[in-house]
Amino acid sequence: MTYQEKKSIVSVISAILIFVSYCLYMYPRFPGGGVESSEAFRYWGSFVLYLTLFSIVAHIIISIIFNIVFRITTNEKEPTFADELDKLINLKAYRNSFFAFIVGFLFAMGSLVSYQPLHVMFIILITSGFISDVTGSVTKLYHYRKGV
Amino acid sequence: MGKNLVGNHIRKLRFNHDEMTQQQLADKVGVTRQTIVALEKGNYSPSLELAFRIAHAFNLPLEEVFFYGDNTEQ
Repeated sequence: MTYQEKKSIVSVISAILIFVSYCLYMYPRFPGGGVESSEAFRYWGSFVLYLTLFSIVAHIIISIIFNIVFRITTNEKEPTFADELDKLINLKAYRNSFFAFIVGFLFAMGSLVSYQPLHVMFIILITSGFISDVTGSVTKLYHYRKGV
Repeated sequence: MGKNLVGNHIRKLRFNHDEMTQQQLADKVGVTRQTIVALEKGNYSPSLELAFRIAHAFNLPLEEVFFYGDNTEQ
């Protein structure tokens, strides 16, 4: 298995672990009462903001650890640049990732139109962000294994 | 993923050129080893520029490295 394939697998696993652990951490902090107060908006705002920061930091740390482990286990250096195949695969991954997020975004807007509670919209939006992240990594893995 | 119609003789040519490794060829043409692997497996059709760079690395014309469609010689 090549560096890029391993990196894509690590990316998928880390995205799932980061999202699940963050959700488990934030779930008990949901403001009670069931009313859509300013406290609930503040909760969802902080959820998205801290999830973004947390996932960026966690991805960087996991990436560094992965590169160290890769060097030790294979005695090979990771590629230092992206060539035309990498760029093409990245483009396809971005396209699929963007498509997944847009579908989720439209569902989130649909939930508002169909008079669903506000938290449903936020949950769909956040979940679609997570799915789009995983879709991007899975697309990369697929194309590195099966070709372009 | 559909099979690429552009085939190549890269693997054979590497062995005919002092058993050049995939990494050596990758360094010569400015791509990663992964891309050479994908080319040899037929999983990727290179850009025209990369195809010319590979042909130049073997000092051969383009059509002696790459072919279009089925090639019974391979």
